Amino acid sequence: MHIPDGYLSPATCAVAFAAAAPVWYVASRKVKAKLHTKLVPLMAVVSAFSFVVMMFNLPLPGGTTGHAVGMGLAAIVLGPWAAVLSISTALLIQAVFFGDGGITAYGANAFNMAIVGTFVSYWVYVLIAGRSAPTSPVRAVAAGISGYVGINVAAFFAALEFGIQPLLFVDATGAPLYAPYPLAIAVPAMMAGHLTIAGLAEAAIGAGLVRALQRYEPELLGAGTLSPSAPTRVWWQTRALWFGLAVFMILSPIGLIAGGTAWGEWSVEDLADPAARQDIARASGNVVPPATVPSGLKALDGLWNAPFPDYAPTFLDNKSVGYVLSAVMGSGLVLLVFLVVGALPGRRASTRLPD
Amino acid sequence: MADQRYGICGCGRGRRGALDSLVLGLVNAEAYALDAEATATRPGFLQSVDPRIKVLALVALIVATTATRSLVVLAALFVAAVALALISRIGPGRLARQVWVGVLIFSGIIVLPAIFLVPGTPIVHLPVVGWAITLQGLRSAAFVVGRAETAATLALLIVLTTPWPHVLKALASLGVPAAAVAVLGMTYRYVFVLIEAARHMMEARRSRIVAPLDGRERRRMLMTAIGMLLAKTFALGSDVHAAMIARGYRGEVRLLHDFHTRPPDWVFLAIALAVPALILGLQP
Repeated sequence: MHIPDGYLSPATCAVAFAAAAPVWYVASRKVKAKLHTKLVPLMAVVSAFSFVVMMFNLPLPGGTTGHAVGMGLAAIVLGPWAAVLSISTALLIQAVFFGDGGITAYGANAFNMAIVGTFVSYWVYVLIAGRSAPTSPVRAVAAGISGYVGINVAAFFAALEFGIQPLLFVDATGAPLYAPYPLAIAVPAMMAGHLTIAGLAEAAIGAGLVRALQRYEPELLGAGTLSPSAPTRVWWQTRALWFGLAVFMILSPIGLIAGGTAWGEWSVEDLADPAARQDIARASGNVVPPATVPSGLKALDGLWNAPFPDYAPTFLDNKSVGYVLSAVMGSGLVLLVFLVVGALPGRRASTRLPD
Repeated sequence: MADQRYGICGCGRGRRGALDSLVLGLVNAEAYALDAEATATRPGFLQSVDPRIKVLALVALIVATTATRSLVVLAALFVAAVALALISRIGPGRLARQVWVGVLIFSGIIVLPAIFLVPGTPIVHLPVVGWAITLQGLRSAAFVVGRAETAATLALLIVLTTPWPHVLKALASLGVPAAAVAVLGMTYRYVFVLIEAARHMMEARRSRIVAPLDGRERRRMLMTAIGMLLAKTFALGSDVHAAMIARGYRGEVRLLHDFHTRPPDWVFLAIALAVPALILGLQP
């Protein structure tokens, strides 16, 4: 899943760096507050461990082998914030020194594996492990599932990054400039490998390692993490993130002045309207849409009426205000889900870094 | 000996056990790093450039590689990367071995289907199956492989011509926080300490088994090994911390800079920065 240079456009890479930077900042603040002078030595050895673990190829049932990224495992033992830092460091050394993963794609790789993968793994682990005893078999199962889910969500993000390249970046002849496969191919191709071999390796490493630690080093599993002790501080430390999000929400009406239509998101009315048909043809490389509305689309049209059709609440006449409101409410819903899931660790298991 | 569970494991050619391939991988990583350090101290053009300038310039060229929309420019960048390697006394054989073949196989497999799947103007049809190879498909495959090869060559040049501590100091003078640089430097050091520890564990275990282990046993053994390595890692972290405190470490990282920039370095930097600037400025 280490994306090399040349598969993602510079713009995608810049967005990925911008998305990862605030998380790195918050993570370093949190981990420093917890570890003080221990930050540098402990992060260094743990990053080195993350690096070495990626070299362990595990024999899998069926005769293949796979290596784990170890993000689930790092999140369980260290807590998600320290895991973000240590896996990011390991990925940087892999990219720069060993040429595994690109330098321009480092932000994307760190975002997918060190940030998304780690947090998803952690949340799944805490959700399943709950208040179970540190030596309970539930923890091993939770670790296996969390590794499996974490690596697959990370792979899905990588597939999305690949899949949007041919939509956004083509040369004058229509040839894709970066990763050539659209979402319809990139997502299944990426997930096929990760739902099976890579996911299995991650699950086996997660579960097996927790079993081994339960047997020989149970104190390392001391039910712990650098979990937030005071929720208000979390909000304060991540304020840059929320402000950035707010700016994007307010800027969202820029979508209204963008020319053309959202490719593939045409309605029955669009296909019937001559002006809209010209737009569609222009956006589709001069391929004219079918003369009649496809029967399947006609049959399904109106099956689901979204609360905010075309992103504008019906009770608002001003389209820009409606657009912003839709962005706010849509993002709010996503944030709410994340906050609810994120709040669970605080209540269920409080974990800490081993001294 | 029909039952191969008895006697010394027949891990001969092509039948390497999990332990052997792990040990081999660990040894190879160490050898690669030693080799890179040796090359970095040899005389050559890039070796003599100020590390700060070199890191900035080569990263600028990598950005140019990903930004260009012309196959001709991409080919020119590839030629420039090879020329830089040659005047830094890194031969094409070494580049082929360490980058080109691996990247070609990896990226080639990924983009091969694209020459049929990307819609566009058909050039030739395959004789039996009748699939059409499209111009757009070929171009997109050339873009991906060309970019990946060129960027990986440039990235390898950073490592082969700069000792790792200098790469890190260069990062620090380019604005990366000192604590992050210290972590990166120490991580690099402890990667090899832990690789050694893992190798010793594997050697010790290998010398105590007389028959190949089945999949389940191998998995269990590797898990326990990883678990023990983690425990060793934490112990090592505590020891290193204690040693640092004993030597007066109070949480502040200070780095010494002893780099000197010469006029030719600035010329090199100006050229390297002009390439992405021109590419981004000129293309629509």
